[in-house]
Amino acid sequence: MLRNVKWIIVVSVLAITFVANATAGEVEVLHWWTSGGEAAAVQELQKMLQNEGHTWRDFAVAGGAGANAMTALKSRAVSGNPPTAAQVKGPQIQEWAALGVLTNLDDVAQAENWDKLVPGVVADIMKYEGHWVAVPVNVHRINWLWCNPAVFQKAGAQYPKTWDEFFAACEKIQKAGLIPVGFGGQAWQEATAWESIVAGVGGTDFYKKTLIQADEQALASDTMVKALDIFKRIKPYTDRNAPGRDWNLATTMVIKGEAAMQFMGDWAKGEFTAAGKLPGKDYDALTVPGTADAFLFNVDSFIMFEVKDPAAKAAQKAMARLILSPDFQVAFNVSKGSIPVRAGIAETPFDAVAIASMKDFEATAKSGGLMPSMAHEMAVSPAVRGAMFDVITNFYNSDMSAADAAQKLADAVREAKM
Amino acid sequence: MHPTSRSSKWFAALETALPKIVVAPSFMVMVVFIYGFILWTLYLSMTRSSFLPSYDFVGLAQYAKLWRIERWGVAVRNLLIYGGLFIFFCTLFGLLLAIFLDQKIRIEGALRTVYLYPLALSFVVTGTAWKWLLNPGLGIERLVREWGWSTFTFDWLVTSEMSIYCVVIAAVWQSTGFVMAMFLAGLRGIDDAIIKAAQVDGASLPRIYHKIIIPSLRPVFFSTFIILMHIAIKSFDLVVVLTRGGPGYASDLPATFMYSYAFTRGRLALGAASAMMMFFMVMAVIVPYLYSELRRKQHA
Repeated sequence: MLRNVKWIIVVSVLAITFVANATAGEVEVLHWWTSGGEAAAVQELQKMLQNEGHTWRDFAVAGGAGANAMTALKSRAVSGNPPTAAQVKGPQIQEWAALGVLTNLDDVAQAENWDKLVPGVVADIMKYEGHWVAVPVNVHRINWLWCNPAVFQKAGAQYPKTWDEFFAACEKIQKAGLIPVGFGGQAWQEATAWESIVAGVGGTDFYKKTLIQADEQALASDTMVKALDIFKRIKPYTDRNAPGRDWNLATTMVIKGEAAMQFMGDWAKGEFTAAGKLPGKDYDALTVPGTADAFLFNVDSFIMFEVKDPAAKAAQKAMARLILSPDFQVAFNVSKGSIPVRAGIAETPFDAVAIASMKDFEATAKSGGLMPSMAHEMAVSPAVRGAMFDVITNFYNSDMSAADAAQKLADAVREAKM
Repeated sequence: MHPTSRSSKWFAALETALPKIVVAPSFMVMVVFIYGFILWTLYLSMTRSSFLPSYDFVGLAQYAKLWRIERWGVAVRNLLIYGGLFIFFCTLFGLLLAIFLDQKIRIEGALRTVYLYPLALSFVVTGTAWKWLLNPGLGIERLVREWGWSTFTFDWLVTSEMSIYCVVIAAVWQSTGFVMAMFLAGLRGIDDAIIKAAQVDGASLPRIYHKIIIPSLRPVFFSTFIILMHIAIKSFDLVVVLTRGGPGYASDLPATFMYSYAFTRGRLALGAASAMMMFFMVMAVIVPYLYSELRRKQHA
């Protein structure tokens, strides 16, 4: 009798643990959001998962703008032990999916109606052969021109809407003894300005052809020569110390009123906010000339690896669902300074720049002006992107002609595609 | 058989085997993690590997591709400029400093420490400090201009053609003290009697240095060369911190090229090919030099 009782206890304890396991699992998440607002933003997700009874194992790898994290991910994946989820963006999602290691998220997507909520252009990046394999988190807009109105006023210049107006304003600001463009001479910053100019000069179709499809003929075309010319014309309006400067130091120049404008994505807003500056009063965010109807986006996302344990699988699906839930979208994007990637989020908690961005995000998603950013690893493979970076930075920093640069761009891209 | 003789035999066997046993783990580690991975890199460089290793054999195609890339040409040319000037100036200044310090001067110990101290810094610190010094808006140029020479320019760091020379300046500053210490040790090892004999024969001091002292430092030159060369070829951190390979990629070196291709662009095979080219460069210089030096020793 006593023995029977013992057995019953053992069995029931086992059963309870098993049942508990089936609902509460662990997710191991690889990411490189380790600094300030970003770290706070990702903790939001951790909290929400824990509220549902799941556990979160943090696998944060700092440094190298994600390059270190990618190296860690590769070694884990090659050894057959990938984390549950990893922060991977853009075309690299396709490369991972092609290896057959990612899990299919279609059931969560269907239940949560992702196809309705997430714009098609963004969804396409998250899908492999029509199936959801990644979850988008946030949206940054690239084609912003950050302006200091006090500097414009001092120089008697107007905010530019066209490239002619842009260079006229530069001329006036320089005459007034100020630096027209605060610039950081690092390859990715040069590419950030350049891609906005390509969209501004060539229009959305030309951008799609050159920087998304990487069409060699379009890359070597006269329109590209024109865009390169405008890009190079900016150089005399930057200061001599620009090479190697970090982006946030260039933003500081605009904040302090040493420089009038900066080409940069909307993370620059964080610097203005940290300095206690208000949008519409101390600074303005304009779209880069010619890109009012374009929205170059940088979307962070998580890919989900195939896991066997049913509890871990449940936790993984819960994480995918929570990322696109309205609560997390607001909490995360307010603290990171980006905008929600899904429709149907209230504007109130966001600031003026983010609200403008959200409106444009919705409008361009309908008009076709919503396009992935090349410079921020959204549009082309890392190999093609690297080839473009090399030509652009070499062109900007040498006396190469725009026509030569366009031809080299086409050649380098052809080589990188092989 | 006697138990005592048996145990002593065991002991003798152990005694001969012990060094091998002790060395074996580190030997294995070296064989696998140095030579094994050199061979693996060689193999990867002949495959189609993109962002993960693959084992499709493509022969020397990646090498052909590598030499067609303009940026690689820039990196190799920079290595020749940087390596050549770095080795030359470090040796020159190191030797001169060592000779001056060897003149039985006062507070030699303190001066020696002053010159040797930069070696205690990592290249990252050196790079950061020189980045500020060489930046026209912050460092030397601004200082001299504020002193009144308002047209003075020293903007190598932000000029594409000159930025590699900034890397040379910082690297020479860092390593000269070390070379000096090596030469000083060499100078101290020279027999005074030879120098005294030369002085008795009426040789002038420059002649003594030229004909006796410097030639007898030959082994020091040899070690200096080998050490400086491998520092030059593996240079990575200094460039990353000082210029980030810029402006553009004007001050790129093979090591930074390899990193960006293998780890940030998902072109593992091309990165492996560039790593192998660096390896071959070292071999091409070291092997003949070692051979000639070692043969000389045998003949002597």
